[in-house]
Amino acid sequence: MTSLKYRRVNVSDEHHLRNGALKAHSDLKQGSNNLKNGYHVTEKVQKNGNGDSFYQPRVRGEDSFEEAPMYVAVMTYMGYGIVILFGYFRDFLRAVGLEKCHQAQEREEQKDFVPLYQDFENFYKRNLYMRVRDNWNRPICSLPGPVFDVMERVSDDYNWTFRLTGKTIENVINMGSYNYLGFAENNVDFLKTVAEETRQYGVGVCSTRQELGNLSIHEKLERLVAEFLGVESAMAFGMGFATNSMNIPALVGKGCLILSDELNHTSLILGARLSGATIRVFKHNNMQSLEKLLKEAICSGQPRTHRGWKKILIMVEGIYSMEGSLVRLPEILALKKKYKAYLYLDEAHSIGAVGPTGRGVTEHFGVDPNEVDVLMGTFTKSFGATGGYIAGKKELVDYLRSHSHSAVYATAMSPPVVEQIIRAIKCIMGVDGTTEGQRRVRQLSENTRYLRSRLKEMGFIIYGNQDSPVVPLLLYLPGKVGAFSRAMLKRKIGVVVVGFPATPIAEARARFCVSAAHTREMLDKVLQSLDELGDHIRVKFSRHRPSRRQELHNETDFEQDS
Amino acid sequence: MDMKNMREYVGWLYYQYLLITGIYVLEPWEQSIFNTLLFTMVAMVIYTSYVFVPIHVRLALEFFSELVRGQPESTVALMNSR
Repeated sequence: MTSLKYRRVNVSDEHHLRNGALKAHSDLKQGSNNLKNGYHVTEKVQKNGNGDSFYQPRVRGEDSFEEAPMYVAVMTYMGYGIVILFGYFRDFLRAVGLEKCHQAQEREEQKDFVPLYQDFENFYKRNLYMRVRDNWNRPICSLPGPVFDVMERVSDDYNWTFRLTGKTIENVINMGSYNYLGFAENNVDFLKTVAEETRQYGVGVCSTRQELGNLSIHEKLERLVAEFLGVESAMAFGMGFATNSMNIPALVGKGCLILSDELNHTSLILGARLSGATIRVFKHNNMQSLEKLLKEAICSGQPRTHRGWKKILIMVEGIYSMEGSLVRLPEILALKKKYKAYLYLDEAHSIGAVGPTGRGVTEHFGVDPNEVDVLMGTFTKSFGATGGYIAGKKELVDYLRSHSHSAVYATAMSPPVVEQIIRAIKCIMGVDGTTEGQRRVRQLSENTRYLRSRLKEMGFIIYGNQDSPVVPLLLYLPGKVGAFSRAMLKRKIGVVVVGFPATPIAEARARFCVSAAHTREMLDKVLQSLDELGDHIRVKFSRHRPSRRQELHNETDFEQDS
Repeated sequence: MDMKNMREYVGWLYYQYLLITGIYVLEPWEQSIFNTLLFTMVAMVIYTSYVFVPIHVRLALEFFSELVRGQPESTVALMNSR
């Protein structure tokens, strides 16, 4: 197979979602085994059959990042080029006055002052995003369970303004919400405890945790989270994003080094920048790049004085939400021990969603959670609530209780939300006496494997690890992104499509989030629509179609596979 | 029936053209401008190739065949003049 070089270039100015904006990604040379990073994973020790020992190293599935054929890259850039030309043309018309400008503009009298509105920087937003804006921010009028209702809206002036027609599109299958274990439900039986606690505590807390907002229910939650994760102590915060951005400055400061993955989330990047530490970026999931940076850091020390670093913190995520890839936890732990660095693991998407009992990536890899220095996660994704937590050793959490901005200044979490988290954790652990939690965890992993294997069979390019419930389906071309989302909504399936700047400019994608609440029929309906739509729009770019079905399915009919 | 399928197929081809060139996201009048420009350029290319390519090909063939034939003629002339 010929090797393809495919250059990715970041074009935007306001590209603060990646570390080090305006970085050109290096050429990706294709090795013989199609791995994007240069690290060739050796197979780990096979798990013994019954898995009674908790800390057994496991086989890790491989992440796949298949590259598209060359003509797709050419067509993508050509499409962007043409739309950019038309963008310039429309900007010219707006400047000359032939067309009404919908954006904010300064008054005539202030035209000679220092400009308030940076016109050119919003070029992408004005000329490309606006044209397909109806695919995002769709108003929903039911709870975001496996099916939901979408309010219909139309635009009379090409997406500059919208109006609701008053009709609702009902029973749209939800493939976009982070509802991994299906806890976004309004079943009265399940929510009894939440109603009781609301009656007891009310809804508002009216104080910060440090002052008068430390309710007994918060203490209960933190004890439960620590027990769930298998660590000494935990602390919960009201907002997941704020957990990262407000706590990293409390842990590291000037004179420390942060080694962060290329594709980390904005909250981690913001927290790292706010802390004032030196930040170095290593290639996504590439252990050789990380080791090289560690060696360099330890040998040369701080930039000008060459003193040793006070702390070296490696920041990674459990599941990366745009790629669906899993972190290489055992390798990172080995590197961490060898070079005496600390590890900050952000399990926003992976807690509750991976691992045989839903304990996250530490359980998935058979690793002791006490080896990770700082375990962070959010309650928004798998637990159906809001907020985040940081867990680890007792000294760490006690330090954060008094030194973190979020703990000292933010209002405490609201009691019904806390009770929802408590009941969700109890359900997963099985403490409430039912096996519902474990059933959901198993159902999620089955649904994930089913969806991923069927999509791969159909010939779509899917990124990520086979166990991750985040499934990005690559669309590449800017025209197809808008067409895909609209066509799926017409077929009553709600999907999230993502383009630039959240992804590289030539890799626009649709991201599916599998839920334990999806039934096999819903998934089949989604797969069938994807099959038809994939042929109609032509997004089946994969060149590695497996010829046989994998072992997981119940059906006995056979598709004709090309 | 065949005409209907044909029309559907041509419609699908136009849809693919809209998606691939990225014109799908533009407003209808912008699409018309782009289609007009593209059609004009393609028409000019076809016209030029129809009118000029046979003439150029013929001239090129003549040029090269003259080179090949010209060689033995000049050596014969040299020998005769001796």
